[in-house]
Amino acid sequence: MAEVRASALSAVGSAKRAGSGGLETLGIALLLGVAGYAALFIAPTERTMGLIQRIFYFHVPSAWTGFVAFAITFVSSIAYLRTRSPKWDWLAVSAAEIGVGFISVMLITGPIWAKPVWGIWWTWDARLTSTFVLWLLYVCYLLLRTLVDEPERRAVLSAVFGIFAAFDVPFVYFSIWFFRTQHPQPVIGAGGYLDPVMLRVLLLCWAALLGVLAILLRQRYRLEALRYEVGELRVEAARRGELG
Amino acid sequence: MTLFRPAAVLLGKELRTEFRTRELLAATVVFVLMVLVLFSFTFDPTTAESKRFGPGLLWLALLFAGSLMLHPSFTREQANDTLAALRMSPIDPFSILVAKIVANCCFLLMAETLLLPVFAALYNLSLLPVLGRLACVLILGTIALSTIGTTFSAISSQARMRELLLPLLLLPLLAPALIASTEATVGLLENPPALSLTWIGVLVAFDVIFLTVTWLFGEYLLEE
Repeated sequence: MAEVRASALSAVGSAKRAGSGGLETLGIALLLGVAGYAALFIAPTERTMGLIQRIFYFHVPSAWTGFVAFAITFVSSIAYLRTRSPKWDWLAVSAAEIGVGFISVMLITGPIWAKPVWGIWWTWDARLTSTFVLWLLYVCYLLLRTLVDEPERRAVLSAVFGIFAAFDVPFVYFSIWFFRTQHPQPVIGAGGYLDPVMLRVLLLCWAALLGVLAILLRQRYRLEALRYEVGELRVEAARRGELG
Repeated sequence: MTLFRPAAVLLGKELRTEFRTRELLAATVVFVLMVLVLFSFTFDPTTAESKRFGPGLLWLALLFAGSLMLHPSFTREQANDTLAALRMSPIDPFSILVAKIVANCCFLLMAETLLLPVFAALYNLSLLPVLGRLACVLILGTIALSTIGTTFSAISSQARMRELLLPLLLLPLLAPALIASTEATVGLLENPPALSLTWIGVLVAFDVIFLTVTWLFGEYLLEE
């Protein structure tokens, strides 16, 4: 117990020393600017959909980045249960929260694109439905965390739920895909052709969003570390108050 | 530290506790009945329509019932802090979970046995010719529901707003099992009835994987 606390406090220290990473943030902002420019001006205009198709360069990378974030939650959840070091819990919750953010971006940009192209905001297509369920799963993960007060219990319970959720993701995707392909045909066809310039811009945008993920993760992790320290200080203050 | 003997003893305890009062079973049956009646107002329950919507509403009713009835499996232990006693005993912690999972699976299957004829009668569905295959789907779906439901009731029992939390954790996670069991049941009501091996495969894989995940990580939920 004392070891866990000591290692947690040293993790708090290193998170604080790491600072806010101003230079990296500047770099990522530049990259994001370049990616935005490429998506708006360099990538060729799609023939049938026109300008609205350009939302694709942020829609798809947001989804991929969200998946990366959830994978981080999964790995950190296992690492937490193995090591019991709170820093894994901080990483797990940071990644889950940011992942929900990215998937929300995806779920919002999707209908903005769909309305002019398909004429509807939403359709119960396999990919849309399964991503929606995925989003709900991780929103529930975050809800669970707000409902457990004791930090160590919260970490254990949410780590177990995070692991269950990760194992559920392939089932969600397979079952909904199979369900929908049996019924109405999916609107987004598989195996389309992507222009090489478009692909390069897409990957550039993904790189930029991964950079955003890294920065957010670092800040959110730092916040979680500081929260832990505040909790520890409160306990300490209460104990001293009792003694004095 | 064998798994099976303590699990069997604990299973006996779970069943005995329930059969003293039968309150869980009674509440579940009445709840599902109520949902089945209420659902009949949402569409025109002719036989053709019932074949399309019936399986979905049956599974949805069971899922909702499960998310309510599985809740006491751990909170019941909290009244006299009996879970602490179970934890202190020199047994594999997984056996505590397994006993509760099997017990809940039994309760749900009993409730389903009582409800199935009523469901068939209310919605004019002839389930008799496909009874064996339907039982297979029901058992696989119920294992999924009770495995995850019991494990998550261990999570929700340690949180605030636990009654609300269990359905929130359970329903999105069980979405694939709901789809698979509903679709498998729909196939059985078609003419001629067909048991989709894909959906049975999904259910079997779901059960096996989540029983394994519970075996690997469930014990963390029981620690103090």
